[in-house]
Amino acid sequence: MEHEQKGIVLTEEQRRRRQRRSIALALVLALLALLFYVVTIVKLGPQVMNRPL
Amino acid sequence: MSLVTDTLSADRAEAVARAQAQPGLADVADYLALLKPRVMSLVVFTALVGLVRAGGDLHPVLAFTALLCIAIGAGAAGALNMWWDADIDAKMARTRGRPVPAGRIAPGEALAFGLVLAVAAVTMLGLFVGALAAALLAFTIFFYAVVYTMWLKRWTAQNIVIGGAAGALPPVIAWASATGTIGLESLVLFLIVFFWTPPHFWALALLRSDDYARAGVPMLPVVAGADETRRQILLYAAILAPLGVAPAWLGFAGMLYGLVAAALGVAFLALAFEVYRRRRGESAAAAARRLFAFSILYLFLLFAALLIEAMMR
Repeated sequence: MEHEQKGIVLTEEQRRRRQRRSIALALVLALLALLFYVVTIVKLGPQVMNRPL
Repeated sequence: MSLVTDTLSADRAEAVARAQAQPGLADVADYLALLKPRVMSLVVFTALVGLVRAGGDLHPVLAFTALLCIAIGAGAAGALNMWWDADIDAKMARTRGRPVPAGRIAPGEALAFGLVLAVAAVTMLGLFVGALAAALLAFTIFFYAVVYTMWLKRWTAQNIVIGGAAGALPPVIAWASATGTIGLESLVLFLIVFFWTPPHFWALALLRSDDYARAGVPMLPVVAGADETRRQILLYAAILAPLGVAPAWLGFAGMLYGLVAAALGVAFLALAFEVYRRRRGESAAAAARRLFAFSILYLFLLFAALLIEAMMR
């Protein structure tokens, strides 16, 4: 049975742009996570490991 | 309240309608354009000079983080400016291709983008670098997005004079990031950018006064006329030229900087005088174009000289 398409249907160009936006967002989030990790090490130094288990 | 009602008018409603009619059209480049990358590059460069001149013992990773936060904060202010000014931008040839008036990004998306970046930049700077720097960054974003964009820009011909404070603060924020204080040298850097801003923007406004008049923005050439603008450009250039040398007089900078600043100041003053003298026809427009182009080079070389001197120490 054929499904009728409903709602907004993106063109090929719109799909490509959405994909580029998603990739950019993923890269930004990954770099942010890396930055937080490095800054934590820099600010706390070896003390980051020195905590009760 | 009437200002809010006026601004959320038909032009903005049109921009919303255009963006909603073309969902998913925004590309990554459109979001980058919202950050005003050219303004951001100036902000980052002046902040870098402030950071290096301040010295201090800030870890390089934290120094990079401070610059990143200042850059993101500047971008956030740019996005908030484009959100609010979409109606004006749509009427001006120079700005009608921007993502919001062109309908590629909805005004609400630009607002959300700007707010998220502003909160993120201030929070990161506060947690990772220092409270004073974060407070200064928050003040700068507020000053640019609210005081300048929402209030001064549409209200007074002194808009870019007072609003210029926002563009002049990055070296002070960077200085506060490195030292936790606001030093006299950072205030001198603030004053240099502050007094540089009016002749820089008024040279452009002389060339675009029809655009500003059509959009109803009370820039000095529109309100007081081209001749008064030329007089004030010369006045500010006369203040800027000696102010540019001030770091050398005050002992912050050395002979190299003093000579560079003096030569650049004389050239700036000479070009401002040309703008003042040539008042009609193509030669007047050419003089304004030369001053505008040179003003960018002036600030870059002045701060580059400070940077080179600090690195040679």
